[in-house]
Amino acid sequence: MKKLLLLALFAVLPVQATTLRWAAQNDILTFDPHSQNHTTTITLVMHVYESLTRYGKKYDIEPSLATGWKEITPTQWRFNLRQGVKFHDGTPFTADDVVFSYGRIKQPQGTMQIYVDGVKEVRKVDEHTVDFILAGPDPVLLRKLTDFRIMSKVWAEKNRSQNVQDAKSKEETYASRNANGTGAYILKGWEPDKRLVLAANPNWWDKREGNVTDVVYTPIKADATRVSALLAGDVDLVTDLPTQDVARLKQNPSLKVLEGHEVRTIFIGMDQFNNELQYGDVKGKNPFKDVRVRRALNMAVDRDAIKRVTMRGLSIPAALMIAPGVHGHTNELDKVSAADPGGARKLLAEAGYPNGFEFTLDCPNNRYVNDEEICQALVGMWAKAGVRVKLNAMPFSNFIPKILKHDTSAYMLGWGVATFDGLYTLQSLVRTKTTGADGSFNCGRVSDPKLDQIIDAMKTEVDVKKRDALLRQALIMTRDEAYYVPLHHQMRPWAMKKNVSTLHRADDRPEARFARVD
Amino acid sequence: MTGQRRGLLASIRRVWQHDLAWSLRRSPVTLVAAGLTLLCIAGALFAPWIAPQNPFDPASLNLNEAFRHPGSPGYPLGSDDQGRDLFSTILYGARISLGVGIAAVLLALILGVSLGLISGYVGGRVDAFIMRIADVQLSFPAILIALLIDGVARVSLPSQMGTSIAIPVLILSIGVSGWVQYARTVRGLTLVEREKEYVQAARVIGRRPLAIMLAHVLPNVMGSVLVIATIHIATAIITEATLSFLGVGVPPTQPSLGTLIRVGNEFLYSGEWWIALFPGCALVILVLSINLLGDWLRDALNPKLR
Repeated sequence: MKKLLLLALFAVLPVQATTLRWAAQNDILTFDPHSQNHTTTITLVMHVYESLTRYGKKYDIEPSLATGWKEITPTQWRFNLRQGVKFHDGTPFTADDVVFSYGRIKQPQGTMQIYVDGVKEVRKVDEHTVDFILAGPDPVLLRKLTDFRIMSKVWAEKNRSQNVQDAKSKEETYASRNANGTGAYILKGWEPDKRLVLAANPNWWDKREGNVTDVVYTPIKADATRVSALLAGDVDLVTDLPTQDVARLKQNPSLKVLEGHEVRTIFIGMDQFNNELQYGDVKGKNPFKDVRVRRALNMAVDRDAIKRVTMRGLSIPAALMIAPGVHGHTNELDKVSAADPGGARKLLAEAGYPNGFEFTLDCPNNRYVNDEEICQALVGMWAKAGVRVKLNAMPFSNFIPKILKHDTSAYMLGWGVATFDGLYTLQSLVRTKTTGADGSFNCGRVSDPKLDQIIDAMKTEVDVKKRDALLRQALIMTRDEAYYVPLHHQMRPWAMKKNVSTLHRADDRPEARFARVD
Repeated sequence: MTGQRRGLLASIRRVWQHDLAWSLRRSPVTLVAAGLTLLCIAGALFAPWIAPQNPFDPASLNLNEAFRHPGSPGYPLGSDDQGRDLFSTILYGARISLGVGIAAVLLALILGVSLGLISGYVGGRVDAFIMRIADVQLSFPAILIALLIDGVARVSLPSQMGTSIAIPVLILSIGVSGWVQYARTVRGLTLVEREKEYVQAARVIGRRPLAIMLAHVLPNVMGSVLVIATIHIATAIITEATLSFLGVGVPPTQPSLGTLIRVGNEFLYSGEWWIALFPGCALVILVLSINLLGDWLRDALNPKLR
């Protein structure tokens, strides 16, 4: 009788549900974990899909789906897989899934190959052991693998999703709308541009640090609307805060603002490939091929004014293409000099443009903090050096295919560093474009054989000292040749209700497993 | 010399004694509206001479001068997030708003009046065809049609043309979204005029249909068209502002009033109220006074109200 009563009591007591309502600017592009290298997408996907390794609280490498690893030779790593882990649909996680996911992420229509770059083969040893065969020694393999997510082979085959969704041709597959991972949360539903719902996975192998059982993610495009939603209490956590509102939100007694910087650098890229600019008035030559022109554009930018006025103090002016917190960054290298429009004018005259020239700057208007405002400010700053810039602002979803097709003369982009290592930026942005990860976002087609050599050497250099020297050299060369015009490193304050606590992440990926709602 | 002068005086007197002028003198509200409209037009027209700064010239902007309060030296209405003097920007913005508005109305007018004349005079299948298109278009809000045309035009025109096509595209989309009203009115009036004796007389002496439409019917329907056009200018300005507010209008480096309100909207929470308020007031004054003028014109031209 007593037992029965107790049972009845348990049946009546509801399981405590704690919901975290989170709003940010963009919706995810897909739920396919191997399709789009896009921060918002990855952030939500990583709640559902897991990798062999993951970042701990201080960005140190933790075991995740792998419990341990061993370097058998510098080019052969053995990973022991966690036993007893089940995907959300109940199928057990085995070595086959790792081998399958490796083949899947390598497919050319995805943009995530960089996370397995340098891996030649993944070999199954037994049900719970795999070997990674590398092309050469790789000092950042474990960091790269944090974003190599494992999908169930059985599930993918059953739902005909063995192939990565091809986002460029707007393809939809079962796996781009549904998910089956091993992660702490289960995808409950996604209505594009409206909301995405996650629920805690009761059978997760690890323990959540926080108490959040349900996550409701709402993309809200307009800045003012997003802030209003937080003030009105419709959401608990807002990332992508408009800079001008941070000071006021800080003073609100029912809210708190968590400050931290992001490992993301905002910069301007220039077409350095075509012999004549596609969008410009110089005929017969490409001014951006001249280092003096690139330096002049660099000199004319008043980064302090952008920080003070447009960013309201929430940025770190940049001279280097990587942010503080990324391996390779030092304050001594990342020293910004004051704007000098007069000097820029002189350099331009030396390069043969005493009356300046004209080009079009493509700029996203809903991706980075104050992106369009910064571009507008740049138009003014470059005008003072005699360069006439036409601004072409557009939504990120139109912008990205345009610049990936090299259909641009100059563009603004931000680059976050998932591996916390400078090689990631250099390889994606500076290395000459080939197939695969090399130059994958080198949209202006920068090409410097000497830099290519250094970057390629860095990929397999395991001697830390030698590698650091190479990294430093490559960063200095990129800076001094002005292959890009770095603007600043973003600061990313997150605002939340007083009763919410979470861990600020420099990769700008809030994780619900760290969040508490009291 | 004296003859010429007498002629001039006589024509001024004739205008002064005209019914319209008389009705204008009798309505103080209309006088104020007319004054404000003239002020807006003059401000927009002479912006380069009145404005202390050229906000469309990026070299004249200084980011360090952004967010100045109204009344700061050199910034009577404050400055926006790019360091543009708001007073100057409103004058230049009104230029774009008025220019786009008037051009779009002219386009809609030419399109609507010609189609209305053809529809009413020719009749039959042509009439049915044109009027069904008009019906379809009337069932959508004008702003949706403008958004649609704007989107299609932007995608189909070569991207090399970049931002230089923004304003023509804007005029096209607002113009095409507004022709129906003209066509409907003109068709109705043409149906009436067509049966009148003077038109029949013209037909009897063998004038060609086109000549009859232009020389005989058109002058007799222009009164109503004028009224619609005046009110339509106000609507077109609002449509332009709405499109710019939604971010599909003019390029951000050449803000119109709608763009300024959109920019200001982002700073309402952080206390920079003037960026949205002053352009908003300018828009209200401009549109309201044109609307009042249109209303008065309608009443003044309506013989039944006299």
